[in-house]
Amino acid sequence: MTTAPESIVSDYKFGFYDEEEALFKAKKGLNADIVNMISDMKDEPQWMRDFRLRALELFQKYPGNPAWASPIMDEVDFDDIHYFVRATDRDERSWDDVPDYIRNTFDKLGIPEAEKKYLAGVGAQYDSEVVYHNIREDLEKLGVVFLGTDQALREHEDVFKEYFGTVVPPGDNRFAALNSAVWSGGSYIYVPKGVKVDIPLQAYFRINTQNMGQFERTLIIADEGSQIHYVEGCTAPVYSSDSLHSAVVEIIVKKNARVRYTTIQNWSNNVFNLVTKRAVAYENAVMEWVDGNLGSKLTTKFPSVYLMEPGAHAEILSLAFAGAGQHQDAGGKVVHVASDTTSTIISKSLSKDGGRSSYRGLLKVYDGCENVKSNVRCDALLLDEVSRSDTYPTMEIDSPDVSIQHEAYVSKLGEDQLFYLMSRGMSEEAAAKMIVNGFVEPIVKELPMEYAVELNRLVELQMEGAVG
Amino acid sequence: MTKLLEIRELHASIGEKEILKGLSLTVDAGEVHAIMGPNGSGKSTLANVLMGSPRYTVTGGDVLFKGQSLLEMAPDERARLGLFLAFQYPVAIPGVTLVNFMRQAVNARRGAEVPIREFRESLFKKMDLLKVDQDFARRYVNDGFSGGEKKRAEMLQMAMLEPSMAVLDETDSGLDIDALRTVAEGVNALMNPGMGLLLITHYQRLLNYIKPQFVHVLVEGRIVTSGGPELAEQLEATGYDEYEALAAAGR
Repeated sequence: MTTAPESIVSDYKFGFYDEEEALFKAKKGLNADIVNMISDMKDEPQWMRDFRLRALELFQKYPGNPAWASPIMDEVDFDDIHYFVRATDRDERSWDDVPDYIRNTFDKLGIPEAEKKYLAGVGAQYDSEVVYHNIREDLEKLGVVFLGTDQALREHEDVFKEYFGTVVPPGDNRFAALNSAVWSGGSYIYVPKGVKVDIPLQAYFRINTQNMGQFERTLIIADEGSQIHYVEGCTAPVYSSDSLHSAVVEIIVKKNARVRYTTIQNWSNNVFNLVTKRAVAYENAVMEWVDGNLGSKLTTKFPSVYLMEPGAHAEILSLAFAGAGQHQDAGGKVVHVASDTTSTIISKSLSKDGGRSSYRGLLKVYDGCENVKSNVRCDALLLDEVSRSDTYPTMEIDSPDVSIQHEAYVSKLGEDQLFYLMSRGMSEEAAAKMIVNGFVEPIVKELPMEYAVELNRLVELQMEGAVG
Repeated sequence: MTKLLEIRELHASIGEKEILKGLSLTVDAGEVHAIMGPNGSGKSTLANVLMGSPRYTVTGGDVLFKGQSLLEMAPDERARLGLFLAFQYPVAIPGVTLVNFMRQAVNARRGAEVPIREFRESLFKKMDLLKVDQDFARRYVNDGFSGGEKKRAEMLQMAMLEPSMAVLDETDSGLDIDALRTVAEGVNALMNPGMGLLLITHYQRLLNYIKPQFVHVLVEGRIVTSGGPELAEQLEATGYDEYEALAAAGR
């Protein structure tokens, strides 16, 4: 393992990279040959190849990025990206079988250790593919499936085909089309009827190669009355050139089921993170997104929930921290398609050193939906005079029987609060950290303890040198 | 002998407006002083300037605490040296529990990590003293506290931080008579021969429970007269008119 020069790495502790040559690295650029090659290398059924090629056509038809998108999105150079990088051609169930240098990287990131201590299963993706996945035996016996998405396509093609691409169709947006054309890796989870998994499954996504495009595709099906908590983390080396991470996540939450999907996104600041995440929730189902964004150059991601049947509930908790050179364009969308549905969106954003945080939200209620309740709250905290925060809430309410609360606050790191804490003996930096930790507490307290500790630590790292 | 707190000809402004206009006062260890004055006389300004609030600018004079000038020190340095201000309007810190806040503050004040067990025992003892419920510790600092709860939380902080000089800014305001008695008893229990106490108040009420040896009348940014406890009683009867007239004449 090699560490990038200190001056570039700054506070980011995950900026190292492995020097080993990948087993296979597609040459830069995107065309039908590349897509066919990915499909060949994965030995996929014809329908998937066709799906990819149709998606590629769709992608190529997009004239550019949407008008509302961050100007940083235009910096993505689609010709300067390796669309497929295979480090190893095996997805192992034992860390001992994972190539040493890759294993070392995940050791350094603390993944095998976390797996032993508090996880029900782990998937680890390195560049384009999953190199390790495992699930506790007792859960496997109950019929819980947790696989890399490529393997799931091979082993569970029928169920896979029934749901794949139904929640986020390839034509949904430019980056969904791109992902659909070149997707590789990601997690596939099926939880059978009535099975409740009470400790989290985790996936970890690592980019290693420079100018890499990582396009994982995750599909989660929670059958009736089941319950699952999925957590994902991600990091990448610090390079002077940019990488692209563009995932699609589809989740189906059936009657009375409950899914919580937690993200702690900590890409290095040379990664564009342009992700489409969407869930559909049926009768009395609960879908919760806990979305923490600390890293990346630009994140554009609005986890969404479609509430399809009565009793369904959506909960979106979004935390974004933008430092120098970063734009966190985050938020959430809830679409009420049925009566008696409820939703809550809570967004907390921080900006410092010229960073920009945006809250972008959609709340849509279809005509004929009765007794719909929604509560949206976004708080933004600016840590200095040069940083920026924007709020873009969109509401499309076509039904009269709706109760909506919407509150938005922007505040500056309070002089009065700092003075108060300092008058008790705390340094300015300790006081600022305490105020910020308190600000993010409503999100952090929703996380399992280990992740709460990790998130607090990451927030504090971002805060280093923020004051004084 | 070095005095505990020595305020010398202090001038301070907020924006362009001068509020303290040459205020002098000395408080020694073991002494309880009360500063009384009408609204707008500069009482809260004095409290905040002593603690180092960034809202005010000191334009002249000096403040010596244990022989060292405070004016160049940041508020946290003043606190670590043993100065404490009980705020008239303590701000809320949402998301931060009182117990977490107190732990960090106590560690900062002592300059060392206090073992968690010792800290908790001490916290619960002080909470008993001030008759606050143990649930209080789990609540977010001043967030949604009633006026009385805020004042008790300030006293709890004072008890935990063990200052050598405490300034209580209108601690009696917003307290009903029972709460006032509890808070006053707490303060009296904390007072010790090595400590100085400066009570800032508009009314004489608090002084029925915490007995000062010295009473000063502050009008228009200056101390216009000083005396013993009898001065407070006299003020309660006659009000500040006489002293305001005096200050106006001296302008």
